[in-house]
Amino acid sequence: MQNISNLILPLIVLIIIFYGVKKKVNVYDTFTEGAKESFDMTLKLFPTMLGMILGVNIFVKSGVLNFILNLLTPLLKIIQIPKEIIPLAILRPISGGSGIALLQTIIETYGPENIISKMSSVIQGSTDTTLYIITLYFGSIGIKKTKYALKAGLLADLIGIISAIIITKIMFN
Amino acid sequence: MINKIWASFIILGIIYSILTNNVELISTEIIKGAETTLNMITKIFPVMALWLGIMKIAEESNLLKKISKLLSPIMKKIFPEIPENHESISLITTNVVANLFGLGNASTPIGLKTMKSLQELNKNKKEASHSMITFLVLNTTGLTIIPTTILSLNMNAKNPTEIILPCFLASFSATIGGLIIDRILQRKDKKCKTYQI
Repeated sequence: MQNISNLILPLIVLIIIFYGVKKKVNVYDTFTEGAKESFDMTLKLFPTMLGMILGVNIFVKSGVLNFILNLLTPLLKIIQIPKEIIPLAILRPISGGSGIALLQTIIETYGPENIISKMSSVIQGSTDTTLYIITLYFGSIGIKKTKYALKAGLLADLIGIISAIIITKIMFN
Repeated sequence: MINKIWASFIILGIIYSILTNNVELISTEIIKGAETTLNMITKIFPVMALWLGIMKIAEESNLLKKISKLLSPIMKKIFPEIPENHESISLITTNVVANLFGLGNASTPIGLKTMKSLQELNKNKKEASHSMITFLVLNTTGLTIIPTTILSLNMNAKNPTEIILPCFLASFSATIGGLIIDRILQRKDKKCKTYQI
């Protein structure tokens, strides 16, 4: 399984470059041109991440988070889910920035090889920011009644998070 | 909503640390957050640059367009209410392909354009149509082949790329599950309508 995972990135790069050469694209020039776009994106990302890391850091390091999670421990022990991933699972559909900030804090605290870090990474990758997308997309065309959209989106997130937990347990244990 | 969450994180955190006599820690944590952000951005930035460079080649060679064409029969099945040859289908596939290849910045404008085009087909302009909700489910499950941000945060792992396949599998199950749930809720919604008539 891990071999397949390692093959994906090189294979995609190979196909893209090969196809580009075949279609007579100036591949190197195009690559540098595309890479340049990241400057703008990084600049825009910085303030969002700064705000989120500030908030998440205070919440985690002050001990409030642990205080809340300890109340849930007995329940989580029964379903065998590490309590550390719960905040990420809850925040992931609400805010993309806070999800990334939490993931960063988790990887820094437990190290990238820890099962909690792996599970959190897969949870972060399992779904997107449902609430933000629904607000932005429906807001842009002035739709007031979203009917079952939020329900469908959040249930899909739940499936993503549960799959992430199961898949991590199978692949990294 | 995010404003409230952010404020409650900070307010709860600071009050709790004062009550537990831990306030010096928070004082340094506030400053350290800035450093952590910079560290994180320096991890994400190069991977993002690399990926955007590669994807520019896929864009220029029309590879992305070709993949969109291959996907369009599947999209027609997923969106039965969109009439044949309507531009929405090609917009939807372009958006899905952009998401699939981690071009989040490119996919949002296309997504907004798709919503506009779906609104033209919508009978009740104040209410979400079935196609719109299906499209949102496709977007909110965020199916991605290469999760660049997660990859860059895992850069110090022994084998950073081993995270790619599990991420894909998890978001793939979310997408399939989401589409099934969407169909079930859609059917319920249609039934309600017939009763009203």
